[in-house]
Amino acid sequence: MSFLSIVQPKLRPSSSRFEKAVFDILDGWRSRNLWFAMGLQDIRQRYRRSVLGPFWLTISMGVMIGAMGLVWGVIFGQAMEEYLPYLCAGFVTWGFISPLILEGANAFISAEGMIKQLNVPLSVYVYGVVWRNLIILLHNIWILFFVQLWFGKLPGWIALMSIPAFMLLALNGVWIGLLLGVLSARFRDVPQIVASIVQVMFFVTPIIWQPTQMPERAIILDMNPFYYALSIVREPLLGNAPSVEHWLIMGAVTICGWACALIFYAAFRWRLAYWV
Amino acid sequence: MASVSLTGVSVSFPIYDASNTSLKKRLLPTLTGGRIGAADAHVPVVEALEDITITMEHGDRVGLVGHNGAGKTTLLRVLAGIYEPASGQVQISGRAVPLFDIGLGMDAEATGYENIYLRGLFLGISRKEIKKRIDDIASFTELGDFLHLPIRTYSTGMRMRLAFAISTSVEPDILLLDEGIGAGDAAFVEKANQRIQSFASRAGIIVLASHSEDLIRRICRTAILMERGRILDVGEVEPILERYRERLAQ
Repeated sequence: MSFLSIVQPKLRPSSSRFEKAVFDILDGWRSRNLWFAMGLQDIRQRYRRSVLGPFWLTISMGVMIGAMGLVWGVIFGQAMEEYLPYLCAGFVTWGFISPLILEGANAFISAEGMIKQLNVPLSVYVYGVVWRNLIILLHNIWILFFVQLWFGKLPGWIALMSIPAFMLLALNGVWIGLLLGVLSARFRDVPQIVASIVQVMFFVTPIIWQPTQMPERAIILDMNPFYYALSIVREPLLGNAPSVEHWLIMGAVTICGWACALIFYAAFRWRLAYWV
Repeated sequence: MASVSLTGVSVSFPIYDASNTSLKKRLLPTLTGGRIGAADAHVPVVEALEDITITMEHGDRVGLVGHNGAGKTTLLRVLAGIYEPASGQVQISGRAVPLFDIGLGMDAEATGYENIYLRGLFLGISRKEIKKRIDDIASFTELGDFLHLPIRTYSTGMRMRLAFAISTSVEPDILLLDEGIGAGDAAFVEKANQRIQSFASRAGIIVLASHSEDLIRRICRTAILMERGRILDVGEVEPILERYRERLAQ
């Protein structure tokens, strides 16, 4: 029937587990109107009946950045008009990356009720997490705009280069959610482990400090995928051309990540309903 | 044309309690040289369905009866494609719509109308299609202007009406019903029953799990008696219900 908008991958008979996993991911993408609505609903639900609604997202992150900017700017002895836009760009980007990982790990666990009641492609719940965080990003990016406007440091058209970079991060968010989501559903310690790793990465990645403050080329920069993820977005946001090398590295991370996630998802997707 | 065919389907649940779900249990034995042995790798398993073979054709109205824990809900979930069985073949053609928890996807803070769209999307109906049916759904609920208010202001019975009206506006090929769907508040029951029957006449195949013999008699033409994850008997409704009562009495 044509009006039905959710595609049912599981009912395709006699295909291999790998094919089913691929269909699940494709059909999940086609069921966009479901996760579009789910993501919007999540955010609306959180801020229902508050006057400012989802702009509380913007305000709370703005206050955080302002406070951290004052403290760390003084500690590092940096000029505010240089430091605050830098911190702001890093923070807003990190505010997109870290929930992709943290909420991605919980994507299936928190959808338990729906997984057991509905026969929709399971990847829908992962797309929902990524989409919700894209909406939040659209609220937070304004902080950067106003900070840059305030200091008269608008980046110009090069800032648009951050859009494909954000899309690449979102694409990474999907494989991370598929991989960590399945793993977390089976082993409930995984979300906790992930949470502490992400917390450490916040300090190890140049967000509040600058790569130039690190003596030589330290291993925590070279071996840190979060550094490259941050860099391809932050550089254009600050008006600099992004590094081609960093884009290539992130491209490689994306391909490897998707390959791992696909194999993993193919092997364990069918067990998911039993695990949650 | 809708059809369902299960061949030798078995479903078993691994029971991971807190200690089993933890990575520590997986990692630590190997760290200590595996001395604790293979026995602790064993995870208790519940056989929820064993060797189920059934076929259903277009037009079938099947009632599932059995004790609590006989496997009725699990079987419905297999038919819905939620559980992929560990062994056996599942062939389903046509779109299966499960109506298990009819309040699923409802948001207490959203209005009645918003919830119609939301719940509709969860059931796989596009926005455009809901728009076409919204008047029909709204008039069936008899909630009038209450539909403009958040549903947290509704009584339980009113929520039930709303959920029921949306859920039964789908036109599935295969309709899967878990018990409770026919149980509304007293004033609503008759209307709901009529709706179920007209709903039932539109679907290609209906599978209904219920403890209400009345409901099964009214909707189903065939019944399946289940016990401990196995199919005990299949046949006409009355003899099966008879046999079910006998087994209950034992």
